Amino acid sequence: MVRKDTSARIVSDTNQARTIRQLLLVVVGMFGFGFAMVPLYDIVCEVTGLNGKTSGEYVDDGSQEVREDRLVTIQFLTNNNADMPWEFRPKVRSMKVNPGKLNSASFYVRNVTDETMVAQAVPSVSPFRVAEYLHKTECFCFEQQQLATGEELEMPLSFIIDSEIPEDVTILTLSYTLYDITDQTDALASAP
Amino acid sequence: MSAVIEEHHPDDHHHGPDKGIMRWVFTTNHKDIGTLYLWFSFAMFLFGGVMALCIRAELFQPGLQIVSPELFNQLTTMHGLVMVFGAVMPAFVGLANWLVPMMIGAPDMALPRMNNYSFWILPFAFSMLASTFLMEGGAPNFGWTFYAPLSTDFAPPSVTFFIFAVHMMGISSIMGSINVIVTILNLRAPGMTLMRMPLFVWTWLITAYLLIAVMPVLAGVVTMMLMDIHFGTAFFNAGGGGDPVLFQHVFWFFGHPEVYIMILPAFGVVSAIIPTFARKKLFGYDSMVYASASIAFLSFIVWAHHMFTVGIPLAGELYFMYATMLIAVPTGVKVFNWVATMWQGSMTFETPMLFAIAFVILFTIGGFSGLMLAITPVDFQYHDTYFVVAHFHYVLVPGSVFAIMAAVYYWIPKWTGNMYNEPLGKTHFWLSFIGVNITFFPQHFVGLAGMPRRIPDYALQFADWNMVSSCGAFLFGFSQLLFLFIVIQTVRGGKPATEKVWEGAHGLEWTIPSPAPYHTFSTPPKEIPEAHG
Repeated sequence: MVRKDTSARIVSDTNQARTIRQLLLVVVGMFGFGFAMVPLYDIVCEVTGLNGKTSGEYVDDGSQEVREDRLVTIQFLTNNNADMPWEFRPKVRSMKVNPGKLNSASFYVRNVTDETMVAQAVPSVSPFRVAEYLHKTECFCFEQQQLATGEELEMPLSFIIDSEIPEDVTILTLSYTLYDITDQTDALASAP
Repeated sequence: MSAVIEEHHPDDHHHGPDKGIMRWVFTTNHKDIGTLYLWFSFAMFLFGGVMALCIRAELFQPGLQIVSPELFNQLTTMHGLVMVFGAVMPAFVGLANWLVPMMIGAPDMALPRMNNYSFWILPFAFSMLASTFLMEGGAPNFGWTFYAPLSTDFAPPSVTFFIFAVHMMGISSIMGSINVIVTILNLRAPGMTLMRMPLFVWTWLITAYLLIAVMPVLAGVVTMMLMDIHFGTAFFNAGGGGDPVLFQHVFWFFGHPEVYIMILPAFGVVSAIIPTFARKKLFGYDSMVYASASIAFLSFIVWAHHMFTVGIPLAGELYFMYATMLIAVPTGVKVFNWVATMWQGSMTFETPMLFAIAFVILFTIGGFSGLMLAITPVDFQYHDTYFVVAHFHYVLVPGSVFAIMAAVYYWIPKWTGNMYNEPLGKTHFWLSFIGVNITFFPQHFVGLAGMPRRIPDYALQFADWNMVSSCGAFLFGFSQLLFLFIVIQTVRGGKPATEKVWEGAHGLEWTIPSPAPYHTFSTPPKEIPEAHG
């Protein structure tokens, strides 16, 4: 240390070490907080329905009362992300369903390339605020699809629209975007 | 052994700097390191400026003339990164190094060796960043905000070098900030209580806290990018369960405090200069301190106002709109305090004062356009237009950059012992002032008319104002060579400066000789003068 000064500042060495330790703790903590934002973000999205994120698999415990008096239209949309070449479409474009009742739909997918590829469908519900009222008991989006060249598949979806869905909602859209995740799957498979 | 040491004692007891280039490589002296930071920052300012002029040359006329669209994207990205992380931030760290110990009566920074490391990381970080221009696929081209997936799935291979460069800058900033905080908290001269510290020291203390809070988050977000690109994770890849919008949240959680990191020390500089040349005590010192702290706190809870158009719930948009507008209150307190300080003062208009007054006026214009952007419904129109470009250049160029220039003119007599050439300084000011306004004011107009940012070509209707803007940019850019000349001239000679330099100057740094001796306040000062007289 350069400091060779009067007694007034000699006390500061221990103080100084303490300050540095505290500041380093802040640095480490904030680095961790950056990563903590990932699960936090998911929680916030789930609570607020942000991005139309739907929740995971729903277990039908028979608690839903079937609303024979109401019909809600659900539309199915499919999109291919960026360069994803697969053929991907819903078997039916829209359905009228009673809230509280278990329904099923299916989606058609075909690998048109000459390579084996892995895909992942990501759902999104619009309007965002009704995302929490769509319960999926079975969905192809819960898992990845691996298809060989020319292979085709009918992918099932079973869902219940919550009987508590706001009265003003008559139409909702469930959209799926299909991503090519072949590279990531390879990377994960080859990772040590 | 001890006899040998005794014999060498006269040699050990040197007070001056070492000779030659090694002085600068190994120096732990806060003044040397401050000088290194300032020169480095100026070099980066010119490098970023050359890129800006390439951009403005391309935009002089509609159509593609000078650079390819690919290179244009690289230029806008690198211009932003170099100016933010290479020019503005290191300049303020340089000022802190020079001034904080002298202002609080400390002999040096608390951690001198670390101080040396935090500077010397920077040239390596920026050499690596600049070298990406020569790599296959070119430099980063995704904008300085590097939104995923542009910066992950669609990035050029050089993105990895960009990530490591950001890591290095982050480490440098964090070490620098820890140093500043430890110095201010532990090395103040007896009697220099917190509420007697000059505002530059206060604003830097707050800035340093902001830096250690958000630079690790930036390091985190680039680490996530690195993992997405190379290790098969999917933080920002929806196909793997991630979310690109998450990137924007994490980035702006860093990015919004970052903009205050670049302006708070400027507030401190201006709060030092205005009382000197108005020959009045700073109006509302306490409220200045509290306003700075409030701005710093608010900066953490407004980040999503950069993201109004990505799709956030209505309640969120309303919250972020009002929270953002709240920042205008402490900022307004500051502006009114500066104006009140000048009110009925015996003002003189030396170069530092001219820059400081221009700062107050033009920064306020930038603040007002910021308020316009904060209004959620109209932000949908302004988002990603040249209006945004005009806004943040108004707060950064005649804001931060003018404050840095004001600081250089104000303190350079103390640093070098020589007065700068006043007529040349004033010429530099007026050229810069006119140049800045011609450059950025018309960008408000083209922005409101709908010209998008980050495009190399544009519709004919925007042609006239773009031409005006480009002319201003060249005027402003070349005026900075005059600044370089003035600084070199002052370093080499000039009218000797007195100890106090300015008639109305107050504070500890004006009680030591000019040029400031290599070691100052080895024994603490006996009396602590009031900093803002």
